[in-house]
Amino acid sequence: MKYALGPILYYWPKTKVEDFYNAATNSSADVIYMGETVCSKRRELKPKDWLGLAKDIADSGKQVVISTMALLEAPSEVNVLRKYCENGDFVVEANDFGAINLLAEAKTPFVCGHALNVYNAQVLQLLVNQGMQRWVMPVELSRDWLMQLQQDCQDLKIRDKFEIEVLSHGHLPLAYSARCFTARSENRAKDDCELCCINHENGIPLFSQDKKELFTINGIQTMSGYKYNLLNDVESMRDLVDVIRVSPMGMESLEVIEQFKQSVEHNIKLDLPHDRECNGYWHQIAGLETVSL
Amino acid sequence: MELLCPAGNLPALKTAVDNGADAVYIGFKDDTNARHFAGLNFTDKKLDKAVDYIRSHNRHLHVAINTFAHPGKIERWERAVDRCADMGVDAAIISDIAVLDYATKKHPNLELHLSVQASATNVEAINFYTNNFNVSRVVLPRVLSIHQVKQLARNTDVELEVFAFGSLCIMAEGRCYLSSYLTGESPNTVGACSPAKYVRWEETDNGLESRLNDVLIDRYQEGEKAGYPTLCKGRFDVGGKVFHALEEPTSLNTLELIPELANANIAAVKIEGRQRSPAYTEQVTKVWRAAIDRYKADPGQYRVESQWNQQLDNLSEGTTTTLGAYHRDWQ
Repeated sequence: MKYALGPILYYWPKTKVEDFYNAATNSSADVIYMGETVCSKRRELKPKDWLGLAKDIADSGKQVVISTMALLEAPSEVNVLRKYCENGDFVVEANDFGAINLLAEAKTPFVCGHALNVYNAQVLQLLVNQGMQRWVMPVELSRDWLMQLQQDCQDLKIRDKFEIEVLSHGHLPLAYSARCFTARSENRAKDDCELCCINHENGIPLFSQDKKELFTINGIQTMSGYKYNLLNDVESMRDLVDVIRVSPMGMESLEVIEQFKQSVEHNIKLDLPHDRECNGYWHQIAGLETVSL
Repeated sequence: MELLCPAGNLPALKTAVDNGADAVYIGFKDDTNARHFAGLNFTDKKLDKAVDYIRSHNRHLHVAINTFAHPGKIERWERAVDRCADMGVDAAIISDIAVLDYATKKHPNLELHLSVQASATNVEAINFYTNNFNVSRVVLPRVLSIHQVKQLARNTDVELEVFAFGSLCIMAEGRCYLSSYLTGESPNTVGACSPAKYVRWEETDNGLESRLNDVLIDRYQEGEKAGYPTLCKGRFDVGGKVFHALEEPTSLNTLELIPELANANIAAVKIEGRQRSPAYTEQVTKVWRAAIDRYKADPGQYRVESQWNQQLDNLSEGTTTTLGAYHRDWQ
C-alpha cells in the first residue's frame, strides 16, 4: 500500500502552503499531489512557484504529481494547463479530458483524477493506451463497484497496467459550478470576489435549517459537509486499492497519513470520532451515512 | 439553428413535431438514460412508433444514452447503441467514453453527439472527444458565459449545441454527486437527481417541510409557493443566514440570446424537460418556433415579445427565469 497527499483543495496563503509541504517531506506520504485544482483566480502560488516547490519535494524522494484544474472554461485556463502538461519533469494528474488530450499528445504519463467520469474497465483500457499510470476512483463509487470493475480489468488483462487510488479522508468534492458559492455567501459577484475564500481555510459549512451539516462551500466547488473517513475500512481495501489518498485540511492531515499506515501495517483499529464523519459511499449507500464496523 | 425539443413519451414527441420542433430527443426505458423516471421513456415498440412519426414528418430523432456504464453491465449500453443504429435514428447522444468507442467502431455511420453529461467545457476537451471518436456535435454544459460559448465556437469545427430553456442545472453536468451524497443515487450512476421516491412533504409547526431522504431541503411559510426539493435549490443556513445558498428555484430562458447564438453558428438550441408533460412541450415548442422564425425572417428587427416570456415564465420553476451562466453576473 502507498499513501498519498491529495492537492490542497482550499485557498491557503503562500507561507502556509510552503510550511505544509516542508512538513510533508518528512511525513509518511509516498506520493504528493500539488497544484491548484479548483479556481484559476487563486494565485498565491503561480505555475512557476508550484513547479519550483515540486522540484524541492521531489529531491526529498517523494513522488510528486502536478494536479490540474477540474473545470476549465477560459482559454487562459487552458494555456496554464498546457504549461503543466508540457512540464517535462513530473507526472500530471488530469482532472478534465482536455488535460488528457494534451498529455497524450505530449506523451506525458498521467494520473486520471477523481473528477473525471471513469466508471468502467473499458474506459480504463482506453486511458491506459493513452498513458494513464494511476486512476483515482470517482468519490461516489463503492467497494462493490470497484470489485466488479477490477474483475473486468482482469478479464481485459489490464489490471497490472495501472494503480488504483481511493480518496479516503477529508471533505469530498461533490460538484463544480460556474458560480462561486463563497462569493455568493458574502453577497459578492464572482468577478468581484476579492479572493474571499482565503479567509476560510477549510471552506464554509452549509447547514440545513434544522442544523444538519450538509455541504461545505469551497469557491466553485461544493464538498461534503462531513469528513469522509475510511480509516476503519482499510481491511476491506486490501488487494483492491494500491494508494490511499488523504485530502489536506491542515498539518493534522500528515498525522492522518501515519494513522492509515499504522492501521494497514499493524492492523490497528482506532477509536474514531464518528461525529461529523462518514463512509457511506464506500459501502454503496448515501455518501453522508456512516457504517460502523 | 435547429430547435431540439424533449419528449418523455409518444404524445409529447407528437406534440413537439406538430408545434414545429426540427428535432426531438428521447431516451430508453432503462438506466442508460439520465431521465430514468417511473412512467417515462420509450420501449422498443414505442420507439418504432416514434421513428415512424418523425420520418413521416421529415424531422430528426436523437436518442440520449447519457449515463455511465456499470462494471459488468456494459452490454446494456452497447445494445442501446445497436438499437439506435438498427432503427436508423439520426443521432445518439452519448456521455461514456467506452460507449462512444463502441459506437464509433461498431456503427461508423451512426451520428454521435457528445452528451452534456460528458462535461466538455473547453477546446482541448472537445478535441479529446473528436480526435478519439466519431463525435460530430458537442452539447455544451450550462457553465459557460455567452462570451465563452462564442470563443469556443470560433475555435472548433465541430457543431455546438446549447441549452436554451428549462430547468437549470447549476453544477457542471455529469460532475455533480450531490444527489448520491444524500440518497445514494446520482444522474451518473442511476440516471436520476433528487429521486422522487426519497421526497417527503410534512406539515409541521415550523411550516410545510420538504425532505429528501430525511434531509430538510426547504421549509415554506403560509402563502409561499413550494417547489420540488431538487437539493441544490433549497434554502440553507450559511454563516447564520438562511437563503438559497446554491440557487433559487428558477429556469433558464435565453430567448434574448437567439441573435448572438445564431451569429456564433450554434447548430442547435435545446429545450430541457423530458420529464415534463406534453402540455409543457407544446407551449415551449410553440414559443421557441415563433421566436426563431421571427429572427430568421428579419434578424435586424428581432425583439423578444413580452407575451413569449410570460408564457415561458408560467412553465418555469418558481415562475421566474434567468440567463444563468450565459450572463456573467449570475456567476
